[in-house]
Amino acid sequence: MTNSDINRLKDKAFQVFGIFCTFIGLVVLAIFLIDIVAEGITRINWDFLTSLPSRRASRAGILTAWAGTLWILVLTTLIAFPLGVGAGIYLEEYGRKNRLANFLEINIANLAGVPSIIYGLLGLEIFGRQMRLGGSLLAGALTLSLLILPIIIVTTREAVKAVPRSIRDGSYALGASKWQTIWHQVLPASFGGILTGIILALSRAVGEAAPLIVIGALAYVPFTPSSPLDEFTVLPIQIFNWTSRPQEEFLTNAAAAIIVLLVITFLLNGIAVYLRNKQQKKIRW
Amino acid sequence: MSKKENKLEAKNLDAYYGDFHALKNINIAMEEKAVTAFIGPSGCGKSTFLRTFNRMNDYIDGFRIEGQILLDGRDIYNKDIRVDELRKEVGMVFQKPNPFPKSIFENVVYGLKIQGIKKKSVLEEAAEKSLRHAALWDEVKDKLNKSALALSGGQQQRLCIARALAISPSVLLMDEPASALDPISTAKIEELIYTLKNEYTIVIVTHNMQQAGRVSDYTAFFYMGELVEHNKTRTMFTSPKDERTQNYITGRFG
Ligand SMILES: Nc1ncnc2c1ncn2[C@@H]1O[C@H](COP(=O)(O)OP(=O)(O)OP(=O)(O)O)[C@@H](O)[C@H]1O
Ligand SMILES: [Mg+2]
Repeated sequence: MTNSDINRLKDKAFQVFGIFCTFIGLVVLAIFLIDIVAEGITRINWDFLTSLPSRRASRAGILTAWAGTLWILVLTTLIAFPLGVGAGIYLEEYGRKNRLANFLEINIANLAGVPSIIYGLLGLEIFGRQMRLGGSLLAGALTLSLLILPIIIVTTREAVKAVPRSIRDGSYALGASKWQTIWHQVLPASFGGILTGIILALSRAVGEAAPLIVIGALAYVPFTPSSPLDEFTVLPIQIFNWTSRPQEEFLTNAAAAIIVLLVITFLLNGIAVYLRNKQQKKIRW
Repeated sequence: MSKKENKLEAKNLDAYYGDFHALKNINIAMEEKAVTAFIGPSGCGKSTFLRTFNRMNDYIDGFRIEGQILLDGRDIYNKDIRVDELRKEVGMVFQKPNPFPKSIFENVVYGLKIQGIKKKSVLEEAAEKSLRHAALWDEVKDKLNKSALALSGGQQQRLCIARALAISPSVLLMDEPASALDPISTAKIEELIYTLKNEYTIVIVTHNMQQAGRVSDYTAFFYMGELVEHNKTRTMFTSPKDERTQNYITGRFG
């Protein structure tokens, strides 16, 4: 066997291995989806989406849960978007490249890997107790903002870094200031990437239950929140609560709620993919 | 021929990237409304020197200069010089065409919009004038709102020239403006430089001896951070004074 034969064989082997890995992932996901959908799809109807929680499984709905999730989504976006993008731009464009910057960079990357329950404890102490926000929507959104800030900062920096030097040079050479260059060139060119990062970060936040439970979000909230200072629940907490009940009907409810949560996550991811493709079509350096 | 004013001057200029001494005691004066070509082997400091005239090196960590750069007799590294004002006066065209990912029109008027000029009629007029100046108007007048990235490389480079002209500078710095282009586009750029020198003081970096010969009135030869020779292009190409210049021009190194 010649060398090139061996190489071709290795190539083939790796291909088969790759297909196998992909297949495993897809099969597991498919089994999970099919199982959930089979269990819960029939439970989803208008009543289920618009009813308040109840002790009786057949009457219980997820109105407060998805309303809470939407509230959390919006508030978290409002808090984390400007902070994360601002910090990302600052670190990439203004921050000096020295030891401190290196230190910050490594730590921000590390923060992205800290378990979410730790953020919950931090949020409980700072927002819940010190700032006296208790188990309110605002405390929850602030906590989740902390959780996803590192992701937003990192993706913002990546997107900003991807804008080529030549574009900035072109802008400076025409008399633009640093801020004008960032505003007119860097941000528009990196916005797709930044948005994608934010949406992916949000879709992570939407699925979190642990940190919200730690700060005191409740499973049973008999009303939909009407202000950021109201108590709340979210879909993951509702699901968690239902799956821990012994009755079969509650498991069906949980499956139905999981479907709703999945739809929200897929929607968010879909938007992210759409924005990224649109961006790629518009700009090719 | 009446004696023209000196537009650009460098006096005892030294430039450093950190510890690296990139330009060594450069003294040169460049005449108004003439084309000066910078030639020399790769890494000898041509771009570094060119970029001191619009202070584009300011963004490089560790870069510093000693000595003076004068524009119309004023030291542009003086503390009371505003860099954005300086760059309105001294435009620059880069080696690789770098149009912004915006429409052709937005590219041309970018410098004006940055200055706060918003009036549509003013912008439109300036756009047409600059595009005509850059010999691009006829090719793009029907697609001003199309993306500049859809233009050919040569058209993009002329767009970048138009963009620089739109803010009415008096000096145009060009760093190998045609090195990324095909022969026909190159010829167009050279022709353009020839017409532009009636109104602008032009400094062009080039690796192409024929190009230097064709477009420039004066040539400056750099070698390892030093200005070896500066003279009328014709004189320099026919009877160089320095042996290094001679060797470079005849292609013995570089
Ligand atoms: N940002 C930088 N940091 C450190 N050194 C640099 C930097 N830019 C250039 N240099 C060094 O300065 C010297 C001059 O570089 P410059 O780019 O001015 O050369 P050049 O004559 O334009 O070369 P070329 O013909 O290849 O474009 C080179 O030795 C280069 O390595
Ligand atoms: Mg160069």
